[in-house]
Amino acid sequence: MEPLLLVENLHVHRPGAEVLRGVHLTVYPAEVHVLLGLNGSGKSSLAYTLMGCAGYRPAQGRILFDGEDITDLPVSERARRGITLAWQEPARFEGLRTGDYIALGMKEPTLARVEEALRAVALAPNAYLGRPVDQTLSGGERKRIELAAVYAMRPRLAILDEPDSGIDVLGVEEIAALIRKMAAEGTAVLLITHRDEMADVADRASLMCGGTVVKTGSPEEVKAYFAQRCRPHEEALGAQPWEPVNGDVYKEVVTRGVCE
Amino acid sequence: MKAHMTPTAPVSLLSRRDPAWARDFEAILKAYEAAGGKVSALQSDRIASAVISGNRVLWVNEIPGVHIEAEETPTGIRAHIRVDPGTRVEYPVHLCFGMIPQEGIQEILPTFEIGEGAEVGFLAHCTFPNAVNLQHIMNAKVRIGPCATMRYTEAHYHGPYGGIAVLPTSHVIVEEGGRFENEFNLTQGRVGRMEIRMEVDVAARGVAELVVKAYGMGEDYIRAEETIRLNGPDARGLTKTRIAVRDRAVGEVYTTTEGNAPGARGHMDCTEIVRGEAVGRNTPVVIVRNDQARVTHEAAIGSVSRKELETLMARGLSEDEAVDIIIRGMLA
Repeated sequence: MEPLLLVENLHVHRPGAEVLRGVHLTVYPAEVHVLLGLNGSGKSSLAYTLMGCAGYRPAQGRILFDGEDITDLPVSERARRGITLAWQEPARFEGLRTGDYIALGMKEPTLARVEEALRAVALAPNAYLGRPVDQTLSGGERKRIELAAVYAMRPRLAILDEPDSGIDVLGVEEIAALIRKMAAEGTAVLLITHRDEMADVADRASLMCGGTVVKTGSPEEVKAYFAQRCRPHEEALGAQPWEPVNGDVYKEVVTRGVCE
Repeated sequence: MKAHMTPTAPVSLLSRRDPAWARDFEAILKAYEAAGGKVSALQSDRIASAVISGNRVLWVNEIPGVHIEAEETPTGIRAHIRVDPGTRVEYPVHLCFGMIPQEGIQEILPTFEIGEGAEVGFLAHCTFPNAVNLQHIMNAKVRIGPCATMRYTEAHYHGPYGGIAVLPTSHVIVEEGGRFENEFNLTQGRVGRMEIRMEVDVAARGVAELVVKAYGMGEDYIRAEETIRLNGPDARGLTKTRIAVRDRAVGEVYTTTEGNAPGARGHMDCTEIVRGEAVGRNTPVVIVRNDQARVTHEAAIGSVSRKELETLMARGLSEDEAVDIIIRGMLA
């Protein structure tokens, strides 16, 4: 099968650090691919780079989507080709109603589809359609609405950046069900998380560390590797590895990756 | 001439008067609709209303408990609007102010008197669709009685030329336990020059909320100058300003809140989106004269948030479309 997304040797620099250091990644059509890694390993940076966000232009490497090189395309063009991103902390919009927000990305918006999307994230349409997507929503509600918007759009590739963070245990199960539903409807999902149990929803998994993908395989294999190699490092460091606790620790993390 | 009419049930307003009146009325109603007004509301005998074109009082409708007296002056009108104590007005009082000619001055001098315990809303549409060299001046005096509530929403439509100066000045007194909510919208058509000045004195347990929303373009100039004095214990005040400017337009916001009594709480919240060569300014002034009062402010001035922009672009919108949605949402 031809890959839907092919990432080759991607390097991205941000002020003060190289956040992606030669990333290789393949995602197939309608596949659920989980991207594991500790906080600071480069997962979100990869998501922003794939979406084409400002400040994440690759210094080296390329991104192919359905065989087309999209490395230099702006966000809108990537979205029109079928890529979208659910941010880890979604933006809030004053004055924009939830129903209208969800409909924005739909080619042929219908109320039925918007309502279906809300129900898919366990939000009652009657209670949420008219609510503004602003500070009056809790973090969990806002994340669910973001997922609903992505689902309603029917993208070819949905990049979900930590959709499980800030969501209660029951909510995580609902999100897992939604991800499977999206895949069943033909959407490939790149699921970014640092919770290894979320890998159970995936067809394949990759592990990021120190700005690169260090392992790809079955969810079981990658989970085991993650648990044996990454978690102990996290505990040994006594702090989150991306934090510059002292110069040596920070240097080790950003130059070698803690799992090597 | 003084207009003070008792309620009638007009089937067709246009059939009731002479042809000149009908022409004027029809023209101002079209402009009223362009500004977002609902003509059907003016035809309802259950809704108090007044229609002013230039210095002519074209229509006044009173309902029980709401009294509207309007008097023509050489350059506009003088009006006295009174709501009886204890009156709960079900539908907002509809006011239409406008001028059809390209040039001229309209000076509106209203006084509002809201009786103790009364509750009333006003929906004012000010429309100047052909303005090329027009001045719309308002000098309002408002007294909101004890435990009374007044909500005043004003929407403007100035047409495409920007040849208008809108200069509304108001002084509002909110008595003990009273409430004043004011929202001023100028988000359709050109602004021209707009300078809003509003001063509100709030007594014990009173509340004042002032909202200004405007969208300037071309050479438009927007200035909002608002002062809330929280004079009584536990008085509350909020100014919320949302302005978008592009091209070479200028948006200036000067807000002052005084906390002059124990328990007084005030907040000033200003957001301005600036594009192109436009300029946004915000000067909040906080004055606290009592050690148990508290006044805060927040301001965000600049470009559209990159994250908001990219979120919408990730749904397939172009950058321009995304900016437009963000601005329209902020001004909604």
